[in-house]
Formats: sequence, C-alpha cells, structure tokens
Amino acid sequence: MSFAAHLINGISLGSVYALIALGYTMVYGIAKMLNFAHGDVIMVGGYAVFVGVSSLGMNPLAAIVVSMAVCTVLGVTIERVAYRPLRGASPLAVLITAIGVSYLLQNIALLVFGSDTKAFTNVVTLPNLELFDGQLVIKSVTIVTVIVSIIIMVGLTLFVKKTKIGRAMTAVSEDKGAAQLMGINVNGTIAVTFAIGSALAAVAGVLLCSAYPSLTPYTGSMPGIKAFVAAVFGGIGSIPGAFIGGILLGVIENLSKAYISSQLSDAIVFSILIIVLLVKPTGLLGRQIQEKV
Amino acid sequence: MALLETKNLGISFGGLRAVNAFDISVEKGQLYGLIGPNGAGKTTIFNLLTGVYRPDEGAILLDGVNLTGKKTIEICRAGIARTFQNIRLFGDLPVLDNVKAGLHNHYPYSTFEGIFRLPRYFKTERAMNERAMELLQVFGLEEYAGYKAKNLPYGQQRKLEIARAMATAPKLLLLDEPAAGMNPNETKELMDTIRFVRDHFDMTILLIEHDMKLVSGICEKLTVLNFGEVLAQGDTQEVLNNPEVITAYLGE
Repeated sequence: MSFAAHLINGISLGSVYALIALGYTMVYGIAKMLNFAHGDVIMVGGYAVFVGVSSLGMNPLAAIVVSMAVCTVLGVTIERVAYRPLRGASPLAVLITAIGVSYLLQNIALLVFGSDTKAFTNVVTLPNLELFDGQLVIKSVTIVTVIVSIIIMVGLTLFVKKTKIGRAMTAVSEDKGAAQLMGINVNGTIAVTFAIGSALAAVAGVLLCSAYPSLTPYTGSMPGIKAFVAAVFGGIGSIPGAFIGGILLGVIENLSKAYISSQLSDAIVFSILIIVLLVKPTGLLGRQIQEKV
Repeated sequence: MALLETKNLGISFGGLRAVNAFDISVEKGQLYGLIGPNGAGKTTIFNLLTGVYRPDEGAILLDGVNLTGKKTIEICRAGIARTFQNIRLFGDLPVLDNVKAGLHNHYPYSTFEGIFRLPRYFKTERAMNERAMELLQVFGLEEYAGYKAKNLPYGQQRKLEIARAMATAPKLLLLDEPAAGMNPNETKELMDTIRFVRDHFDMTILLIEHDMKLVSGICEKLTVLNFGEVLAQGDTQEVLNNPEVITAYLGE
C-alpha cells in the first residue's frame, strides 16, 4: 500500500514538474534559448496567490486567475526587455542574461516579501480520497494536480496542432526566416509562447505550493532546475517529451526518497540527467539530429 | 505602369559591392528571368526585394507603393512571396499546414479564441482548410495533404513551396532556382507548373535560374547580372545571343 502512495505522490509531483517543463520546452523549441528565469516565475505566481488570498482575502480561484495574469505579463515583459534585444546574439549571452533575470526576480521577492517562509494556504479544499478502508489516503491536492496537468497537456497539444498561432509557433521553431517571409510575425509568436509558458508556470506554482505549503523567494529555483532536467530527459523541444520526462522524474524522486535515501534523492535525479545526456543526448522523444553523408 | 520597379538599388557587405545600380521593371503578368554566374548577386536581390536585407540606396516599388526599407512581414502583406534556393518548408508540419501557414495573415482570429475554441475559431479554421485544400488540388498535391512535408518527393516539395507562397495571396512571386537539383523530366513538369501558375492566378513571376532550357523555354524577358551589375536586359532571345552575356557565362 505504501508503494502505491509513494507512486501516486510521485506522479503528482511529476505533474508539477511537467507543467514547468512545458514552459522550458516550448520556449526552447521556438526561441532556441533556455529560460532559466522560468523557475522564478513560478515563485512569483505563488506569491501572487499568497497575497491575493491571505492579504486581500480573495477567493482562491480568482487569485489563481490573477496570478496567471501576473505571470503572463511578467513573462512577456522579461522576453521584451531582456531577451528580444539579444535575438541573434550568441546563445551564451542569452543564457547568462536568463540567469541574471532569475537572480533579479529572487532578489526583488526578497526585498518585497522578506526571507521568512510564508505559510501557503492550500487552495484545494476538497476532501481527501480514502481507499481500501482508509489504508490508502490520497490527498485531494494530489488528484487535482494530476487532473489539471492532464487537461493542460491535452489542451496545449491541441492548441499547437490545431490553431493557426500554434502552427505559427511550429513554423517559427523550424525556420524563422521562412516563417517571416510567409507573413508570420516572429516576435509576436515568441511573445505568445512566453505568455503561455508563464501562465502555466503560475498554475504550477499554485499546485506546488498547495502540496508543499511553504513559500520563500527561492521556492521556484529547485523545481525549476528539476523541470529543466525533466525537459532534457523527455527531449527538449518536445511537448509530450516534457510531460513524460516530468512524470518519470517525479516518480523516480519520490521512490528514491522512500526506498533509498531522502538525502540522496536529488543526487539521483541529477545523475539521471548525466546518464541521459551520455546515452541519448536528444532525450526520450527528442528529434533525431540527422547527419548527411 | 510596371508591377515591380527598382531604381538604382545597391547594397554592400563590408567592402564588397554585392549589388550596384540595379534597375528592373517587371510588367504585370510577365514571366521574368534573372540570370547570371554564381555569386553575381541574384539571391541578394531577392533578399533585398523581400526585406531580408535593407538596401544602402535605391528604391523598390510594387504597384507604385514604395517598399524600400520595409520589414519582411510588411512586404509579405504588400504582396511579394518567394520560394528558396534550398527548400525551406516546415518539414515536420503536415503538407496542409504548410499551406495554412501561408494563409496566416488572411484568416484572423485571436489567440484567446484559439485557446478557448470559440465559434470563430472553428469557422475560420474550416475556411482555411478549404482554401488550403483548393490550393493543394491546383498543384496536384491533395493526396499528400496529411504527409509531413519532409517526406514528400523532391519535386513535390518544390511544388509545395510554390503552393505555400501562393497562399499568401501575392501580386508578385519570386522563385529562387526552382529547378535546382531536378532531372530533365522534373524540370519539364516544373516549367508547366510555372506557366500554369502564371495563367491560372494571373501572376507576375520573377525567377532566378541556371537551367538555360527552362529560362529560354518560359521567360519572356531577362536581366543578366554579373558582379552585382546589370550586364544585359531585354527580350529573352536577344539577351541570350548577346556576345557579352555569352562571354560572362563561357569565358573568352
């Protein structure tokens, strides 16, 4: 029974990683850059809900919508101010800028909210699910997390495959120049990608803080990095890859916490990154890089 | 009035004068060829016309509208579409979606409507599908609609590029070496396609080509470029018999 519980918790944690990894993978796919500030957008999303619910007494659902809006604006602003001027610059310059933005967000949060841990109120107020006469208790937030993630995942896939903005995204990710010559607004499309990725980060932030109810300015950084590992694991640039990578990573982390060592669990997670990069550099579902001979 | 007119167009890359004092005047409905040895600046001219490069001097007029210094997407909206020397399709998108990408600007609905699938999303997407299928049928590609573009045979990829360019509803179509890498049979089919596009869509076409059979077969007028400058200009046969042109191609 406890194995099932660990597994389910792992899937739930993995769903959060998956949501964050979607942001990484979409931005990488289209702008060919790693947005290391993405994890900190989650933290901002968490604080937005915290302020909304605890200080302003908002309805949790309304607070989530506000938080999504805040993160969307934040994501688009970051792209506009920090990344767009570097379009065409060397990838290293963009990477360092992203790390800079990440520290900037953390320190602004430190300045505004202080370093003390805020107790996050769980926004999921449904009863827990008890199975097998109470031998297996699944927290409602766990179930909600998994369901929300699946809905978002399916919705996003449909959006990318079936709408013209999604089509424009794929076109831009394959060939910016050709897309532009077909009349697609490349900057606009990249901005939309950041907007969607950041809105998902807000959702991830709320779910993460509901499951692990403590909020500090550094809340986003570790999940952010693990989600990046998940995105690489699944094949960066691939949406289903991010989902599978996220879930697998969450499950592996939780099971190794339970059965191997809670201190070593992070080491195991990052070892996976190294092994994946050695064995299959493109990740599980990554696109094969073909060499012409 | 000419559909496309350039006046004294020029651009330098560092110390290299890639294009100098380039004048061209393409009439509506014309099939116009731009030829010249490798490195003469032909593709550079296409990149100037589509706003990929900004000219250092000179002017580009399409239907009397000045397009000089405009952005690529503005020029696309103004009505210039192109294909590429090396095929640049969206390889992982289905054939149909490649054409729909070309329709992008003509069928508006917002991202919001797309995410929440409001009625206008369905209506617009349906209209886009119909229009894209029509175009595929015109080019005989309808049976491939669901294939990934990269899995098409080479000749069909070339056709799809033309179909995608036509989806942007251009006034002027630029073809950059459409026959590159084709065998004689494919080239013959391509000539028919180009003629067909001109007649069926009443299109004006400016093309770069090395294949002299294609050039002399379908182009009505030619401009020969050498070292970034116009060497000769006029009716196809006249130009091809010009001794200077023959020297530039074959040497002394």
